Amino acid sequence: MYGRYCSSIVSSAENPVSRRSRKQQLESKMAGADGDDSLYPIAVLIDELRNEDVQLRLNSIKKLSTIALALGVERTRTELLPFLTDTIYDEDEVLLALAEQLGSFTALVGGPDFVYCLLPPLESLATVEETVVRDKAVESLRKISHEHSPVDLEVHFEPLVKRLASGDWFTSRTSACGLFSVCYPRVSSTVKAEIRQHFRTLCSDDTPMVRRAAASKLGEFAKVLELDYVKSDIIPLFTTLASDEQDSVRLLAVEACVSIAQLLPQEDLEALVMPTLRQAAEDKSWRVRYMVADKFSELQKAVGPEITKNDLVPAFQNLLKDCEAEVRAAAANKVKEFCENLPDDSKENIIMSHILPCVKELVSDTNQHVKSALASVIMGLSTILGKDDTIEHLLPLFLAQLKDECPEVRLNIISNLDCVNEVIGIRQLSQSLLPAIVELAEDAKWRVRLAIIEYMPLLAGQLGVEFFDEKLNSLCMAWLVDHVYAIREAATCNLMKLVEKFGAEWAQNTIVPKVVAMANDPNYLHRMTTLFCINALSEACGQDITTKQMLPIVLKMSGDQVANVRFNVAKSLQKIGPVLESTALQAEVKPVLEKLATDQDMDVKYFAQEAISVLALA
Amino acid sequence: MSAISAAEKVDGFTRKSVRKAQKQKRSQGSSQFRTQSSLVELSPLPQLKDAPTTEQQELFCQKLQQCCMLFDFMDSVIDLKSKEIKRATLNELVDFVSTNRGVLVEAAYPEIAAMISNNIFRTLPPSDNPDFDPEEDEPTLEASWPHIQLVYEFFLRFLENPDFQPSIAKRYIDQKFVLQLLELFDSEDPRERDFLKTVLHRIYGKFLGLRAFIRKQINNIFLRFIYETEHFNGVAELLEILGSIINGFALPLKAEHKQFLMKVLIPMHTAKGLALFHAQLAYCVVQFLEKDPTLTEMVIRGLLKFWPKTCSQKEVMFLGEIEEILDVIEPTQFKKIQEPLFKQIAKCVSNPHFQVAERALYFWNNEYILSLIEENIDKILPIMFGSLYRISKEHWNPTIVALVYNVLKTLMEMNGTLFDELTTSYKAERQREKKKEQEREELWQKLDELRVKETSGMLNNTHSLQNAQNNNNTSAK
Repeated sequence: MYGRYCSSIVSSAENPVSRRSRKQQLESKMAGADGDDSLYPIAVLIDELRNEDVQLRLNSIKKLSTIALALGVERTRTELLPFLTDTIYDEDEVLLALAEQLGSFTALVGGPDFVYCLLPPLESLATVEETVVRDKAVESLRKISHEHSPVDLEVHFEPLVKRLASGDWFTSRTSACGLFSVCYPRVSSTVKAEIRQHFRTLCSDDTPMVRRAAASKLGEFAKVLELDYVKSDIIPLFTTLASDEQDSVRLLAVEACVSIAQLLPQEDLEALVMPTLRQAAEDKSWRVRYMVADKFSELQKAVGPEITKNDLVPAFQNLLKDCEAEVRAAAANKVKEFCENLPDDSKENIIMSHILPCVKELVSDTNQHVKSALASVIMGLSTILGKDDTIEHLLPLFLAQLKDECPEVRLNIISNLDCVNEVIGIRQLSQSLLPAIVELAEDAKWRVRLAIIEYMPLLAGQLGVEFFDEKLNSLCMAWLVDHVYAIREAATCNLMKLVEKFGAEWAQNTIVPKVVAMANDPNYLHRMTTLFCINALSEACGQDITTKQMLPIVLKMSGDQVANVRFNVAKSLQKIGPVLESTALQAEVKPVLEKLATDQDMDVKYFAQEAISVLALA
Repeated sequence: MSAISAAEKVDGFTRKSVRKAQKQKRSQGSSQFRTQSSLVELSPLPQLKDAPTTEQQELFCQKLQQCCMLFDFMDSVIDLKSKEIKRATLNELVDFVSTNRGVLVEAAYPEIAAMISNNIFRTLPPSDNPDFDPEEDEPTLEASWPHIQLVYEFFLRFLENPDFQPSIAKRYIDQKFVLQLLELFDSEDPRERDFLKTVLHRIYGKFLGLRAFIRKQINNIFLRFIYETEHFNGVAELLEILGSIINGFALPLKAEHKQFLMKVLIPMHTAKGLALFHAQLAYCVVQFLEKDPTLTEMVIRGLLKFWPKTCSQKEVMFLGEIEEILDVIEPTQFKKIQEPLFKQIAKCVSNPHFQVAERALYFWNNEYILSLIEENIDKILPIMFGSLYRISKEHWNPTIVALVYNVLKTLMEMNGTLFDELTTSYKAERQREKKKEQEREELWQKLDELRVKETSGMLNNTHSLQNAQNNNNTSAK
């Protein structure tokens, strides 16, 4: 249907006339195959590929392996693949499926000896406009490159890379960038020289799209090069890309910096990498600085302790004080990792005199993302600094963040309490912790309330049962009557976890009476919460409590005037049945379920019958 | 927190519009001046109009230099006096270049270029709102607008001054300058983009040597927008400039321009935010077709390729563009694309979304399109008939049904005999389709059975293949 318009995409050197005639030949051959059962899949494929419905075309492409299997390796090579190469003009979605399929087609064309047959269709796919299709084609090409013998790699694969690298339209050149590193290690030295030359050319391509692709593959390519060539070829390219006029190119060079620094011996880093890295950390575009901040831990590891001490510490300080909040947040995220990886001899000194002052400022940053990024890692510093410094320097910061106006900041602090607990014990914080928790527990946003509920079992474990009973228990009960269902549900689940932690006796004394009391609430949603709690608690509380204290309540609620409560009674009975004593099951549960099974409401009937059959009471 | 109403607490959600209203209007600064150390306070210079002619030039340059100083507008109380001096000076400069002749001497050009670059070229700050929806959200405005506006104003007056000499200016307004200018089109502030549009248009008009470069860079911005980021605030403005550029293309069109149409403008229709620049985009496409009607087939097939599958709002836009194209189409070109095009239109008229169906049915109110349909009724009626006939009985929306009846009537009047034939064969046709569908399903079922058989066979094969390979390896050693 789109043959004429899209034929330009097909980069095959053939002229269109011969292509068309081959297609006709093929089709007539296939049409003739109708009668033969083994040959008929390709007829289906052809028919389906022509279908107007994209979904049907997509289906047939996704079953391509089935068809190839049925055709056998030889006909797949001689008929199916040429046909596919010629029909590459379809919707991107179909092409994507095709590109993916071809990556695992090696066995279907006869194994590694014939894998090169897959190159023509993939080459065409690697030149299309749509990025996802192209990327998938490159991925498949990379995959099958490993299945080529060294000879085939030079005879078939490498020429393809060269053709792509010198293509007219940027798409093919972009694709080529991802293929150099897979063929370089396995070709002769003359071919290697050519490949390096092609890569150099693409690094200075005049379209930024190609330069971006080359920059993003620079690190990967450097890894497969011999060290001498890393120094003579990669470093100049790296320096040029890192000072590209477009910031989108420069920031990719930062990523490459990590890989390159890992490859070079320590003594060369200062001269070959550091000038560029320093410049990137002070780039006028915040995107580049952001990238430096984001990759800081990797960079730190790659350049080693000495350079870290002399260069990265001041650079990191600047990033923490950057004028753009995005950059500060990215840097704040790395505070803990950066400090952890500092060399032992000067770790404490650097943290105390260089990093901590910046961190203090960030605690009162104007941007909430910065503060919450910091809050998610700041607690980790306590293990590095030890008890005394933590109490003296970090504790005030924790407390300040616990009182932050932004709930996310407080949550991040609370969610990381365990690190601090190990170092100074949580008691130090409990004074400030409580108001913070209470405030979050009553936050107007239910997602915030939900988040704090999830930390309750953790907090309970660290604060101990006494503190919990005194301060937090009432909160946990209040959530059970929250106006948002998700909160009530989470609160129920929370109770179960608490009982698992504090034991059945505790449950019997503190939780069960309150849950049971709710069964008389005028609001039917609260009455249902009682049932949900019982569902969750029965197993943790054990047979005795369930039978003696919970079951009577459930049974009593079977006469509720709201049908939703009644069918939840049936559901609850089904749930707690296995925990109950068998006598109670027969004597008490059975008659109630039987009565519910004759309820006038059809849902109640349904669930009662279900419970009867599951509990085998019939 | 406390401002949240009781109603809001109940469902836990707030309506987007309510939340938006709570936020204050924001403005943004740029990163550059915050890195500057403390500023020297500006002192006012004498007025240009009071200066003797001999000293005017020097004073002009001094004032330009003075205006290179940048101020932090995020802090509204800092440097108030200096800010006011710069504002007054900029106003004076605008006035000076627009009312006086002979003031643009060669020595002033580098000073002017430096003043402009210093003020407007800056790294745009990160967007406050990462999921900024230009249709619904208020844009973040440039904080330093009180100065920047005057600088743009000055820039325009400078370019439009009758004494302006591109041959001198091209030393300063070069490729690098243009590249930085183009990057500013990503500004969230619509006022800035509007100035940039006029400025770039003037530069394109006056600097012949930069034209190809500007087109290529716009090309790159668009390709990045389509295939990499999906985000660029100034697409509509750039397209607007291109609209008038295309208008001026010489015939026959160069391959470069055709490539731009097919590989950039048409794929641009796939962008998520198409609504923001569709009018400008459609204008560019139609401009191309008016220049060279032989491109029609490629364009329409391109649009059909990218026809929206799930977004009804976009589909309405596509239909609008198709109508604009049909308005200028030549009858010979129409014949070439009528079949695929009307297959799509047949799908649109039977779309369950009534706006899509309605937009497509409106084609029949267009006199020129009607005449094209009438000329080719024997081709078009069979394509359209099935959909129209079915939808006349099935569509949920009474307006659509009424429109469909009108269209059917019009078509019947064009060729009554064919219409009757199609009506009688409709049922048989339906049945044949159903049967075909059934056959297809059976076919796939058989194929699946075949696969099960083959897979078990294949598994055995791979085993033997691997064995063979292992043997080879051992023998090689």
